[in-house]
Amino acid sequence: MESRARPNRLGVLGWVGGGRWGFERYLYTLHRLTGLGLVAYFVMHIFVTSARALGPESWEQAMDVVSGPLFAVGEYLVFAAFAFHAVNGIRLALIELGFAVGRPIEPVYPYATSVGRQRRLARAALMVAAVIALWGGLDFFVLA
Amino acid sequence: MRDRTAWTWHIAAGVVILVLLGLHMAIMHLDQTLGLFGVAGAEPVDWESVVARAGSAFFTVTYVLLLGAALYHGLYGLRNILLELNPGATLRRAVNVGLTALGLGLFVFGTWAALAAPGAAAVGG
Repeated sequence: MESRARPNRLGVLGWVGGGRWGFERYLYTLHRLTGLGLVAYFVMHIFVTSARALGPESWEQAMDVVSGPLFAVGEYLVFAAFAFHAVNGIRLALIELGFAVGRPIEPVYPYATSVGRQRRLARAALMVAAVIALWGGLDFFVLA
Repeated sequence: MRDRTAWTWHIAAGVVILVLLGLHMAIMHLDQTLGLFGVAGAEPVDWESVVARAGSAFFTVTYVLLLGAALYHGLYGLRNILLELNPGATLRRAVNVGLTALGLGLFVFGTWAALAAPGAAAVGG
C-alpha cells in the first residue's frame, strides 16, 4: 500500500535492494518482478486470445504466431512466475492477517522478533512454489 | 476510493485470481497432468475446444470475472509501484487516470471478445 508518510526516496534502488531486511525483502522484489511480468503478458494475452471473436481462421493465425519452442519456454516462464506470485501472495496475505508471525510478547531483553517465525513460512512457500513450477516443467516439456 | 478500500479489493481480487487462474492454468497448460487423472479432453487451443468453451456460460462468466479481477489486481499493483517513486501531483493524477482508462479499455475489449466468440464459433463451425 502506498504511504505518504514515508516515501521511497531511494527510487529504483529502493525497489531492488534488500538492505538489512534480508531474505523476505528479496521475495518482495521477486513478487514485484513476477507481477510486472504477468501484467505485461496478460495485456498481450488479451489481444492474442481476442482472435477467437473473429472466427477460426483468425484463431489459427494467432496460434501460429505464438507457437514454437521459444513461445513454449516463454509460456513456461509465465507459469513459473504465476506459481511463485500466487504462493508468495498467499504468504503475504497470511502475514498481513496476523498468521504465522507468533504471539505478541513483552519487549524484554534479549528482544525477539517475528522474523524467525515468518522465515519458516517463507521457506515453505518457496518449496511449494518450486514443486508447482517443477511439475509444470514436467507437463510442459516431458509429458507433452 | 480510499487507499485502504482499494488495497482490500486488491487482496480480494488476488483470491479470485488464485482460484480462477489456477483453474485456467490447469485446463490450458497442465492438460497432460489432467490426462493422467482421466479428465483431459482435446488439445485446449484447438478451435473445437475454443468453440466448446465459448458456448459454455460457466467459462464465459468466469472468463469475464477473471479478466476484471486480474486487470484490477495487476494495474493497482503497477500503480503502487509507480507511486512509490513519489511523483508530483500532476504525474500522480496522470498515473491514476491513465491506468484506470487502460484497465477499463482492456476490460471492455476482453469482454467483447468473450461475448462475441460464440457468434464467431457458430459462423465458423
